[in-house]
Amino acid sequence: MFDPAPAVTVNDLVKSYGEVEAVRGIDFEVQRGETFGFLGPNGAGKSTTINMLCTLVRPSGGEALVAGHDVVSERDEVRRNIGLVFQDTTLDGYLTAEQNLRLHAELYGVPRKAVAPRMQQVMEMVGLWERRGSLVNTFSGGMKRRLEIARGLLHSPRVLFLDEPTVGLDPQTRSSIWRYIRELKASEDITIFLTTHYMDEAEYCDRIAIMDQGKIIVLDTPEALKASVGHDRVRIETDDEPATISELRERFNVDATIAEGAVIFGVPEGEHFVPRLFAELDQPIRAVNVSRPSLDDVFMSYTGTTIRDAETDNSDQRRKAAQMMRR
Amino acid sequence: MASTAGTQSAEGLLGAHDAHGPRPVKVRVPKRSASGELRAIKVVWQRELIRFSRDRLRIVTSLVQPFLFLFVLGTGLSHVAAAGTHGVNLKTFVYPGVLCIAVMFTAMFSAASLVWDREFGFLREMMVAPVKRSSLVLGKCFGGATVAGFQGLIVLFLAPLVGIPYGSWIPEVFAIQLALAFAITAFGVMVAARITQMQAFMALMQMVILPMYFLSGALYPVAGLPRWLEILNRVDPLTYAVDPIRRIIFAHLSISDAARRSLDPGVSWWGWHVPAGAEVAVIALLGTVMLSIAIFEFARAE
Repeated sequence: MFDPAPAVTVNDLVKSYGEVEAVRGIDFEVQRGETFGFLGPNGAGKSTTINMLCTLVRPSGGEALVAGHDVVSERDEVRRNIGLVFQDTTLDGYLTAEQNLRLHAELYGVPRKAVAPRMQQVMEMVGLWERRGSLVNTFSGGMKRRLEIARGLLHSPRVLFLDEPTVGLDPQTRSSIWRYIRELKASEDITIFLTTHYMDEAEYCDRIAIMDQGKIIVLDTPEALKASVGHDRVRIETDDEPATISELRERFNVDATIAEGAVIFGVPEGEHFVPRLFAELDQPIRAVNVSRPSLDDVFMSYTGTTIRDAETDNSDQRRKAAQMMRR
Repeated sequence: MASTAGTQSAEGLLGAHDAHGPRPVKVRVPKRSASGELRAIKVVWQRELIRFSRDRLRIVTSLVQPFLFLFVLGTGLSHVAAAGTHGVNLKTFVYPGVLCIAVMFTAMFSAASLVWDREFGFLREMMVAPVKRSSLVLGKCFGGATVAGFQGLIVLFLAPLVGIPYGSWIPEVFAIQLALAFAITAFGVMVAARITQMQAFMALMQMVILPMYFLSGALYPVAGLPRWLEILNRVDPLTYAVDPIRRIIFAHLSISDAARRSLDPGVSWWGWHVPAGAEVAVIALLGTVMLSIAIFEFARAE
C-alpha cells in the first residue's frame, strides 16, 4: 500500500534548444503527498522542466523519474500516473464539460463502472456539476481552468502537474482555484507539482524551488527561505537614488539597490532603523516602507533582482528560445 | 520536511471518508491493452461525429460544391454537350464525380480540424494520453470517413433527380465513397502532421483537390485523351474512384451501346482494361500508405 519512492526524482536534467540552454542541469526530489512549487520569472525554465516531467519534451541530458518511472524509457507508465493542467486551455470548446471529461476517461481507460461516479465527484469538487451539459465555449476563463483541474484528476493520478494554474485569472478566481487545490490535498492521496511566478501563491507550497535562468538557486520550505534572509526589507523613495545609495553605504554601512523605482535594502529590526534614517540621511525621504521578509526578498537576496525586473531581462532571451523551438 | 509531507497525506487519506459523504471514487488506470486502444479509437471517432452534428453550417456548406457541379454546371453545359452524349443526360454523366467531390471536401475539413486542435491546445490533451498515437490517428481517420460518408449518402439519395433510379448499386458505390473518404482524411492528417497553419493547410488542400477533380475524368470520358492529359489522368488517384462508380451506375442504366462505349470507356493501362476491383484496390492501397505515414509522423512528434 505505501510506496516509499519519491513522487519525482530529477538528476542533472538538461534541455537545450540549439544554443539556448533552457534548463541547465537541475537536481531535486519531491516527496509523496507534498505540494511542491517551482517559483521563478517567466523564461526561467519552469515550463520546460514541467514539460520534460510530463513526457512532452525529451530531455537533452540527465534523468527524471515520475511516480518511479523514467520519463523517457517508460513514457506510458509516467503518463498513466500523472494529471496535467497547462497554462493554455486544452479543452474542446465544441464539446460539453461532461463530454470533455468522458473523452478523457476513455483515453485513459478509466474502468467503465467508475467513469460516471468519478466524473460527478471531480466536477462537484470544482463546482461545475450543474454546468456539465454546457458547451465549454460558453465558460469563463476561471471555469475552464476549474474544469481542466477536474479533468486532470479524473483518472486519479499520483502526481498532478499544474503549470501556472492561476495565470491570467482575476484575484477572486485565483483564490478559489487555490481553495480547490488545498481541498484536494484533503480528499486525494496526491502529490502536487506546480509552477508559478506569483510570490504569494508560492507560500501555499510545502517546499519551493526558486528557479532563475535555467537553474535551481535554492530549495526549501517557504518559512526556512524567509528566515534565511534574516532581516527586514526597507523601501524608501527619494529624489536622487544613486546619492541615497552611496550615502547609505558611507553612513550606515548598508548595501542598497534600486528596484522598481525605489531604493531597497535589508536591515535587522527595520522599525528601529527608520528613526535613525530620518535623523541622519541628508537626502529628503518621500516615502518609507518596512516589511517582514517575503518570498520577493528571498528571490531578491538570492538573485540580486526582483522577480518582475528579472522578467523584463528574460523576455529577450525567451524570444530567442521560442524561435529555436519553432524551428 | 519529507516526514511532514507524508503525515499530511496520510491524514488526508483518512479524513476523506468523513469529509465527502459518499466514499471517494478511486480509479486505477489499467496497463495498455488492445481493448484500451479500441476505446481510444472509438472515443476519437465519436468526437468527430459529435462535432460534425453540432456544426449544421458545415453540413450545408459542404453540400454547396457538389450541388454547383451537378445542377449548375450539369444543366448549363447540357445543351453544348447534347451532341456528344448519345442522349444521356449530362447530369447523369457528371454524377459519379459529384459523388466523389461531396466526400472529398468533408473529409478534408475533418482532417483540417486537427490543425485547429493543435492551435487551440486540444491536440496536447490527446498526445499526452497513455494510448498509441496510431489509435488517435485511426480514430480521426475513421471519424473523417464517417462524416464524409454521411455527406456522400445525402448526394447518393439525389440520384433520381439526375435520372438514375435507386437500386442495388447504392451500397456498392457507397463502399467506394467510404474508401475514398478514408484515403482523403488520411492524406489530410498526414499533411496536418507537418503543416501547423490553417491558411497554409487549406491552400494546399485546395491546390490538391481541384486539380485531382479536373484530371480525374469526372467531367469527361477518359478514352481518346491527348497523351499528356491521359498520363496525368492515369496518375490521378481520383480516377480510380470516379471510374468504378461510373461503371457501377452505368451498368444499371438502360442506354445505347454507343453511349456506353463513348461515355464509359473505362481506364486502361498500356491497353489493359483495369477491372473495377483493381481500381478500388488502388484507392485502398493509397489510403493505407498515407495512413501509415500519418501514424509515423504523429508517433515521432513529441
